[in-house]
Amino acid sequence: MAIVPLERKPLTLAERSYLPGIVGGLKTTLKHLFQPNVTMEYPEQRPALPPGYRGAPTLVKDPHGREKCVSCQLCEFVCPPKAIRITPGEIPADAPTAHVEKAPKEFEIDMLRCIYCGLCQEVCPEEAIWLQNQFSLTGYTREEMVHNKQRLYELGGTLPDPHLKWDKKLAAEVAGGASH
Amino acid sequence: MIAPPKPDLVTVNIDGKDIAVPKGTNVIEAARLIGVDVPHYCYHPKLTISGNCRMCLIEMGNPAVDPATKAPIMDPATGKQKINWIPRPQIGCATNASPGLHIRTNTPQIKDCREGVMEFLLVNHPLDCPICDQAGECKLQEQATGYGRGYSRFIEQKNVKPKRTQLGPRVMLDDERCVLCSRCIRFSKEIAKDDVLGFIDRGSYSTLTCYPGKKLENNYSLNTVDICPVGALTSTDFRFKMRVWFLKQTNSIDTESSVGANTVVWSREGQIYRITPRRNDDVNDTWMADSGRELYKQVRSADRLTTIKVNGADSALDIAINTALQLAKDGGVAVVGSGRSSVEEQFLTKKLADALKASTHLVSRVGQGDKLLISADRNPNVRGALVVGLISTMPEVGPALRAGLSSSVHSLASQPSTQAGSESRPHLSGLTDLAAAIDAGQVKTVISIGEDLAAAGLTAAQLGKISIVYLGTHANATSAAAKVVIPTLSVFEKNGTFVNQQFRIQKFAKAVPGPAGLPAEASAKAGATDDLIVLAGLANIAASDVAAVWKLLAAEVPALGTMSYANIPETGLLLDATPFAALPFAEGETLHFKPAKS
Ligand code: SF4
Ligand code: SF4
Ligand code: SF4
Ligand code: FES
Repeated sequence: MAIVPLERKPLTLAERSYLPGIVGGLKTTLKHLFQPNVTMEYPEQRPALPPGYRGAPTLVKDPHGREKCVSCQLCEFVCPPKAIRITPGEIPADAPTAHVEKAPKEFEIDMLRCIYCGLCQEVCPEEAIWLQNQFSLTGYTREEMVHNKQRLYELGGTLPDPHLKWDKKLAAEVAGGASH
Repeated sequence: MIAPPKPDLVTVNIDGKDIAVPKGTNVIEAARLIGVDVPHYCYHPKLTISGNCRMCLIEMGNPAVDPATKAPIMDPATGKQKINWIPRPQIGCATNASPGLHIRTNTPQIKDCREGVMEFLLVNHPLDCPICDQAGECKLQEQATGYGRGYSRFIEQKNVKPKRTQLGPRVMLDDERCVLCSRCIRFSKEIAKDDVLGFIDRGSYSTLTCYPGKKLENNYSLNTVDICPVGALTSTDFRFKMRVWFLKQTNSIDTESSVGANTVVWSREGQIYRITPRRNDDVNDTWMADSGRELYKQVRSADRLTTIKVNGADSALDIAINTALQLAKDGGVAVVGSGRSSVEEQFLTKKLADALKASTHLVSRVGQGDKLLISADRNPNVRGALVVGLISTMPEVGPALRAGLSSSVHSLASQPSTQAGSESRPHLSGLTDLAAAIDAGQVKTVISIGEDLAAAGLTAAQLGKISIVYLGTHANATSAAAKVVIPTLSVFEKNGTFVNQQFRIQKFAKAVPGPAGLPAEASAKAGATDDLIVLAGLANIAASDVAAVWKLLAAEVPALGTMSYANIPETGLLLDATPFAALPFAEGETLHFKPAKS
């Protein structure tokens, strides 16, 4: 490879005085001074999140307050970093939702592992796990960052349910029992 | 498994491929041999054919012959014999291979049939896979994915049926999921000989039920759960505990008796969730007893030994071994081997006894056989002790028991048991020689390989006279009295082999790690140690794993001379039983086993 020596060009007078550079810089600064803000006073101000935003995964209840998760463990299976850990449990036969039969005894999501991919939400056959708007999670210990079932329901709250399939099932059971 | 060629082979043609199979082979099995899946629900290789699910529909044809002359009619287009296809589909499960039989499984008509059958089966199906334990191993899921239409045209209200019917102590029925295949009914009637199940009501209201006043509670009831192709029958023990797709499968052997039923141990992260039978057509077919499925509970039971103790204080393995050898130095040593140890352990036990010039004993564990898959000899591996030479005669059995055994003719399999296996506790004996030697002061130290000497007939006074070295998994009177206690591994936590009543040597593999002891303790004294390591340490042999022991076994035991652990197939290998033919074995007849006439 040939080496080509280049001569550095001498600076012009204007360049040596720095003035055009300073004026150019000030122009940009002044222009932004009168333009609308693009930054935000976080955390006092919070951004409006676009629909479909994927924050922390949470567990939700249906409008009647029934916990929707049936501990099918599909989300545990699909979760790429294995952040989810479920202990399945049985709903006692005398509970009002006994016909659902199954609910998680414990449900943990390790938020230090979660990569916010949303696969759990996508795979859930019960629409029980949702990545909602919670994007700022902090804690002082690792244990704090493992969300247990109670915390997941606190974060999740209630979401509208267009199907209410278990209510329909119960209704069919009552109707079926009457006709047979 | 392709059957070896026999003179009665016939050639059948399945989807255009010719295959030679024994005459009478079921078409589903014949198709399986060439990798063609004929979907089915009610067909089960070990049960009678009922042909009621209609999922296995196939097109069938036979070579055409002239009715009058019986001369083959040739097809001029192909130059081959013409095939007369039956216009309507037939069920494959009730079709047996006959010469020249032609089968088609890939025609539009068959596709249509399968979609139709699937649609009917799913009409009243609750589609509750998320809460169904069968999900992941459900034939309905598999068949719907493989052969279903993929969408539903059903808009009417579905039938609702009871979802939590307890058929027996261990079996729960969800009626909505039942596809009325009758496998469970046929199993109960044909194999368990306890005909308690049946269908009642008609049409889509048909319901599986128990005969009034009866329960599905025989010791084989959980096999119905295994063979139920859908999630209608579930095990109350495994119900809602874990999804099957998380579970690791490890091949193992049922240690309940000398039948040696082949099993699969299902575990996740070091915890066992269930045990199911593994098919072995020469041993247990596809069945096993309920009592054997509960054995995994011993792994984490509260009385599990987890710390090495010397004179009651926590200790380390090398100290424990040295102490044991010190105790043995003065002579008067007896080694009590176990019919529950693996072949490898028994071999090292023999080496240990030789090294210490000790007498050897074996505890016999005899109960009643159930004529199916629990034999009278409740030790899984007495024959292993014979093969490796740990014992040369059978351990003696109490006279009262002998009399009781010969008079037992009724089938225990069909007797009710609320708790699996509780109906027949085996009787332990075989230590009368040892007891006499202790009384005479000839034996001062006893090394027990997992056998509770008190339960096997030694009195507290006799135990008090001797120093005991106890290698075992669980606490008992012997471990309490022992000077040296070394916790060892259960059958689920180690590799090894057993020799069953047919002299079939069968492997079991490690499913879960052994108990690790308390984390606070130093690693040297924590947890349980593999029996082989302890025995090798005691006998001062440098062979402390299965592979190393097998090198010695192959060299020193002629019967095992040509084998290695890795070469034993998963279904076992038959050893030569003739050297032991004269011994008085306790077993009566069981499935695939007839005792030698004596
Ligand atoms: S968002 Fe992704 S990583 Fe996080 S819990 Fe769900 S599946 Fe796991
Ligand atoms: S996939 Fe949905 S229903 Fe299933 S365990 Fe996860 S959150 Fe619960
Ligand atoms: S319960 Fe299961 S095995 Fe019994 S008939 Fe129904 S689907 Fe078949
Ligand atoms: S498998 Fe043939 S009809 Fe059921």
